[in-house]
This record gives sequence, C-alpha cells and structure tokens, in this order.
Amino acid sequence: MTEPDRDSRDPGLQPERTRLAWRRTTLAGTVVAVLAARTALQSGPTAARVLTCALCAALWLGFLTVAHHRIRTLTTVGSGGPPALTPKHATAAAGYTMALAVCAAALVL
Amino acid sequence: MIEFVRNVRLWFAPGRIREDGATPDYRFSLANERTFLAWLRTALALIGGGFAVDQFLPDLRWGWRVGLALGLLGAGVLCSLRAVNHWVRCERAMRRGEDLPVSRFPALLSIVIAIVAVAMVMVVLFGWEG
Repeated sequence: MTEPDRDSRDPGLQPERTRLAWRRTTLAGTVVAVLAARTALQSGPTAARVLTCALCAALWLGFLTVAHHRIRTLTTVGSGGPPALTPKHATAAAGYTMALAVCAAALVL
Repeated sequence: MIEFVRNVRLWFAPGRIREDGATPDYRFSLANERTFLAWLRTALALIGGGFAVDQFLPDLRWGWRVGLALGLLGAGVLCSLRAVNHWVRCERAMRRGEDLPVSRFPALLSIVIAIVAVAMVMVVLFGWEG
C-alpha cells in the first residue's frame, strides 16, 4: 500500500503546474485583446474597427472557455492522474491564437 | 509534406491518437502540454509585439511600421501552427515509444527575432527622422 501512496503524492505537482501554464497563457491572450481594443479605439473607431475589436473579444472568450474546461479537467484528478489534452482542444487553442493574429493584421492595416 | 497533412488530420480526430500504442505516464503528457502552452504564449507575445510596433512607433514611416507589424503577426501565426503540430507529433511519438521529434523551428525563430531586433535598432538609430 505504500507504493501507490508515494505515487499519488506526485512531488513534481504536474497538474498544478499545467493549470498555472493555462492561466499564464490566458493572461497573455488578455494582454493581446487589450492591445487590440487600444489599436481599434486609438486610430478612430470606425464600424469595421469596432466589429474587428468585438471579434477579438469573442476569440478571447473562446480561448477562456477552452482554458476553463481544461483547468476543470485538471483539478478533478482521478486515480492515475488527469487525462491528457485532446487534439480537439489543442487545435481550438491554437486556432483562437491564429484568428487573433488575423484580426490584428486587419486592425494594423 | 504528406506527413504534415497526416498530422493535420490528427489535430481534428481526437480518438485516432488514442488508437496508437500505449498511454504514456500522465506526467509526460502534461509536460508536453506545458511545452505546447509555452509556444502558444510565444505566439501571443509575437502578436502583442505586432500591436506594439503599430501603436508605440507612430513616428515611423507607414511602410516600415506596417511591414514590421505584419512580419511579427505572421511569425505569431506560424508559431501557433507549429505549436499544435509539434504537440501532436510528440504525443504520438510518446505513445509509440519512439524518440521525440527534432525540429529546426526554434533555431529559425531565434534567427528571425534576432534580425527583427537588429532592424529595430537600425530604425531607431538612423531612420527616426525619415
């Protein structure tokens, strides 16, 4: 019985570190979204700019949803550790980032 | 190229990766996930850099400003694409018990960033009044 006990202690605190990595990434996304809003408002808020800015906010919310879902999965640890990240979520997170970059290009031009 | 297309199919098929090999120790999967997130943060930082060039260098000529900003944004897109691709490749290699894939991308990205940094220094030193 001592063997599983030692394993479940997980001295590396891997789920916690992964959770914090998701938080950091969300924070980076927030900074980008705020910069997008600043760019849209600074150079005269036309309808197209406001729309792009709203799209950026929606993308940020999408990223937040993925991160929240993953963080909840990581906190409900069963035996044998949390399940791995699914390709669907990984693709979604990367897709939101790419869409943010496209919106940024539209705002800069 | 064919390998890349096969990987892209894996991004969207959550079940297929589980058919390959055996489930690795969850700690390895989580480490792979954190590496993926670190690359995603790098991509977000590049996108933020694109905004910063556009917003905080208003005295720069339009061409330079937009060119630098679009270059940084493009690097951000490439970085996030590569993040998810590398994550899938590592995940599959771990399941099959193979060596982790090697990549030229970090070296390429650091060279591009170095070039951009030198260009910025040049612009600030010499091209300010232009």
